[in-house]
Amino acid sequence: MRLSYIARRNLAAKPLQTALSAILLAFGVGMVSLMMLAEKQMTEQFERNIKDIDLVLGAKGSPLQLILANVYHIDAPTGNISLAEAEKVMRNPYIESGIPLAYGDNYMSYRIVGTNESYPDHYGAKIDEGLFWSKAFEVTVGATVAEKSGLEVGSTFFSAHGLTDGTDVHDEKTFTVVGILEKSHSVIDQLILTSVESVWGVHAEQDDELLSAEELYASREITAVLLKKRNPMAILTLPNLLRETNMQVALPAIEINRLNQQFGIGAATLRAIALLIMALSFASIFISVFDNMQARRYELALMRTMGGTPGTLYKLLLLEGGLLSLGGTILGLLVSRIGLFILASAVEDKFQYDLGNLGLLTSEIYLAIGATFVGLIAAALPAFKTLRLDIAKTLSNE
Amino acid sequence: MIAACDLKFSYSGTTSLEFPDFKCQSGNKLLLLGNSGTGKTTLLHLLCGLIRPDSGSMQVAGLDLNTLSDRDLDKFRGRELGIVFQQSHFVQSLTVAENISLPTMLTGSNMTVEELKIRTRELLDRLGIGHKFNSYPKDLSVGEQQRASIARALVHKPSVVFADEPTSALDDKSTESVIRLLEEETEKVGASLIIVTHDSRLKNRYKDRVELQPLTNA
Repeated sequence: MRLSYIARRNLAAKPLQTALSAILLAFGVGMVSLMMLAEKQMTEQFERNIKDIDLVLGAKGSPLQLILANVYHIDAPTGNISLAEAEKVMRNPYIESGIPLAYGDNYMSYRIVGTNESYPDHYGAKIDEGLFWSKAFEVTVGATVAEKSGLEVGSTFFSAHGLTDGTDVHDEKTFTVVGILEKSHSVIDQLILTSVESVWGVHAEQDDELLSAEELYASREITAVLLKKRNPMAILTLPNLLRETNMQVALPAIEINRLNQQFGIGAATLRAIALLIMALSFASIFISVFDNMQARRYELALMRTMGGTPGTLYKLLLLEGGLLSLGGTILGLLVSRIGLFILASAVEDKFQYDLGNLGLLTSEIYLAIGATFVGLIAAALPAFKTLRLDIAKTLSNE
Repeated sequence: MIAACDLKFSYSGTTSLEFPDFKCQSGNKLLLLGNSGTGKTTLLHLLCGLIRPDSGSMQVAGLDLNTLSDRDLDKFRGRELGIVFQQSHFVQSLTVAENISLPTMLTGSNMTVEELKIRTRELLDRLGIGHKFNSYPKDLSVGEQQRASIARALVHKPSVVFADEPTSALDDKSTESVIRLLEEETEKVGASLIIVTHDSRLKNRYKDRVELQPLTNA
């Protein structure tokens, strides 16, 4: 029988008090840990998707909406822009390249995005099965789409108008799946990719056939272009060039920074609440150890008569506090995983984003060490009294 | 051997106690008799090294307690002494068997877990409470608790067993039974038995006895 065994048994003998302290700490640690996990994964997702996209060209409106809609695909687009006007911007000497995006339809809430092969290339997406699309109405689907929708190479489907609604189905045009992408952990996983022509084809009107090639080209619209700059001057000159048009360019880095700042206030408040709960839990551990020591004064004195040194009793109480804080911390890390799992399901349902990485972060290891250490300190303070325990007096008073 | 010479102790300088000199050879039995307020418990605490005397010397199990450091006294108590308190107290979160193992655990005895288990089982069986091996102290009757505390005092085969008022709340039959039990068990481990009591029924039980007088100064 070891001291740690006695400490465990002493904790188990007071289940309500032990549970209260552990749950309080678990809640505090869990909240901090959940925020760390969510923040890290959101940041990683945002950074991964923003990769090398310096500017986004789209219809005038909220710049943040433009970024959220076209980079992250979690908002409605601001509108459409003329293909001819967009190509002019893409030919600007300060611009190195551009990826056109045209969308407005969905299949089972997964966006059907018309683009070219440079879009999957940009995210390093590779074919898992089949091919990339090469003709109109051929699609290559992202890994998550394939997994969740059950689409396979050779499957056919109709698109529905809008980005989430499935009621207004374009049943005159059939899409055929020709390939499935490997998981890239980027926004591509959640998309159905096809050619821009397919998107135009779905929405083609009967009198389109009467138009000349020039007229048809002039009437073509896309949703946005993801731009990579050749020269930083692009950031300064493009907004001026577009002033008189219905287009705008937005800088993802700036918009996301602004978004983070807005979220930051809420996050800081939540973090403060979590730290307050943690502080309460340490106070609870302090009270628990203090209370135990008072209630078990005679037991402790008895142990001294059986050869226990003051150090032994001190270690015992310290172990009780340590086990309590370690237990609470481990429980907290589990709670944060459960929280993240729930959050991930909600985010995935709403935004088709995958936040399900439940691995332990380095910062969480520091959090666990810190919480256990402070828990030990909270136990160490009242345990000091055992060093001065008057055995004879305690035994006589009983 | 247990011996005390010119032993004096005072509580915060207000109450002063002087104890008679006495000697008890190893393996013998000694009765420390006295009414309330004569300092019986104080003498017991002195002999167990729980408090230090103002003056005088004590030898317990052949060791001069005055020469031992606090830490050595702790170890000495754990290895050499077994104490049966007037009221049986236990670590409530541990089973009877675990409580009995405590002295060996706290002093880091050489006994293996298996040996300790066998010894505990054997003691509890002899004391008639073998069936309470895995019970918790709260599930024991007062008599069973007293037997369990005797087992705890003997488990590590101490040199001296102190019993503080072991019969104060017992009828004649139970008194005889408990004292006989203490005598038999201490004889088995070859330990000295020191009984601290005010119970006149025990007055003539041993030839070695020390009668404590009322306080000298107050």
